[in-house]
Amino acid sequence: MVDFVTVLTIFVLAIFVGFEVITKVPPILHTPLMSGSNAISGITIIGAIISAGTQYTTLTTTLGFLAVVFATINVVGGFLVTHRMLEMFKRKD
Amino acid sequence: MTLSPQVVNLVYLIAATLFVFGLKGLTHPRTAVRGNLLGALGMLLAVVVTLLHKDIVTYKYIVAGFVVGGVIGAVLAMKIAMTAMPQLVAVFNGFGGGASTLVAGAALIETQMTPGIPPSLQMTVSTVASGLIGAVTFWGSMIAFGKLQGLVTERPVRYKGEQVVKIVLLLISLYLGYLIVQDPYQTTNYWILVAVSSVLGVLLVIPIGGADMPVVIALLNSYSGLAAAATGFVLNNNVLIISGSLVGASGVILTNIMCKAMNRSLANVLFGGFGEVQESAAADDIYEGKVKATSPEEVAMLLDGARRVVIVPGYGMAVAQAQHAVRDLFHLLESRGVEVEFAIHPVAGRMPGHMNVLLAEADIPYDKLKEMDEINPTFPQTDVVIVLGANDVVNPLAKTDPNSPIAGMPILEVDKAKTVVVIKRSLSPGFAGIPNPLFAADNTLMLFGDAKKMVQELIAAIKEM
Repeated sequence: MVDFVTVLTIFVLAIFVGFEVITKVPPILHTPLMSGSNAISGITIIGAIISAGTQYTTLTTTLGFLAVVFATINVVGGFLVTHRMLEMFKRKD
Repeated sequence: MTLSPQVVNLVYLIAATLFVFGLKGLTHPRTAVRGNLLGALGMLLAVVVTLLHKDIVTYKYIVAGFVVGGVIGAVLAMKIAMTAMPQLVAVFNGFGGGASTLVAGAALIETQMTPGIPPSLQMTVSTVASGLIGAVTFWGSMIAFGKLQGLVTERPVRYKGEQVVKIVLLLISLYLGYLIVQDPYQTTNYWILVAVSSVLGVLLVIPIGGADMPVVIALLNSYSGLAAAATGFVLNNNVLIISGSLVGASGVILTNIMCKAMNRSLANVLFGGFGEVQESAAADDIYEGKVKATSPEEVAMLLDGARRVVIVPGYGMAVAQAQHAVRDLFHLLESRGVEVEFAIHPVAGRMPGHMNVLLAEADIPYDKLKEMDEINPTFPQTDVVIVLGANDVVNPLAKTDPNSPIAGMPILEVDKAKTVVVIKRSLSPGFAGIPNPLFAADNTLMLFGDAKKMVQELIAAIKEM
């Protein structure tokens, strides 16, 4: 129970941090914000890595492998496309 | 090499901090590139330290997954046209949600390996949450992708009793969740839950029309974050919880902004079936004998005498791929001493910030892109407004007709400018399905045709003067 309250505390505080930081993002950057934050939500990749690597059963390894594929698409694609977009917003001198 | 859990968690903390700094960087175009790179660095650190986890016995499947996913992700990200960005964001959201569902499922199965230690209540409840939210996110995103790509009809798909069907599906999901919490060893229930939630995800998005996609994509973005956070509760992993809640918060903020910009509640967007084809009898009364068609030459003359011009882009500009032609027009007018700015409505296009990305792609400086509140007071001092493929966001009925479906929606008040030129194929209604009195206003000229072709003809006409 103590553990649960600790992680719940972290969850709630992180939501507040998220609101504070993201409210300040201007509308012109809303699309990169979505793709960039989306890449961050690909953090499930670390859970996927462990499932794919521990080899408990064939089923968990398969699920883990699929999850690694999905999450890697999310992470690699998300950061790359965000970078591509943001480069376009750079001031052209 | 194995690392102690403390070291691993410390590195995860650094990763989470980098994510926060990364998002903070996105608050200004100047710092945004660095912000994104900081986020990517955080991810890299988290992945590397995870690879050193003591329980990992083989890297075969991990590396294979990296290669397959990395190639697909990189090709999608590098090849995609900027006009197709909404679809891509939808797909990425979906994969994030799908990954969370799979990881939670695998974690549930792994608990069977240690029958002596039953999974905690926290774990089972969050596994259920992860399965439900993740599956809804995955399939909802796939339908959103289908709609944006034109594979699924953009119009809302409605049927009798649809709200009841969705509520029943949600109740079944929750009941299955209850069963899983009661007996975590019946893992089949988890996959039934995922299947039912998948159907729910499809049914939630399919009745939503194309122009409401900005809200849906922002909401799915939030869901993908919440699914990751739920998986964090499953694995008792702080970095997942922190990142997931950051993304969840981001999606909620964007959803809220989009809803406000349409003066509609989230419930109305999700369940209202906005954008069904409605025949409006009033269209003839409004347009009859009052619509004035014009030619590129006439508009060129208007622009020749103008000191300030505002361009209002809409989804029509994206469809016609007219952003580069618009850039040429922008440069031509600026070189002739005209002040040119762009008025961006928050829900113009198919996702938050869609128009900004297209115009940035065409090298238009971001300080020329003005938000609604900033540009509205300047319309009375504007000589010519060019409305390019936008409709509902400039419809004065939003302010004058309390019974209109868009009543109360904040609009770009272009009708206050001296002259309004509307480039549009026909008088067909926009997404809201209602006529637009702006087209028949005394100071409005209609330039009928394809957005890109008309802008190019306009450029040619100006150069000939």
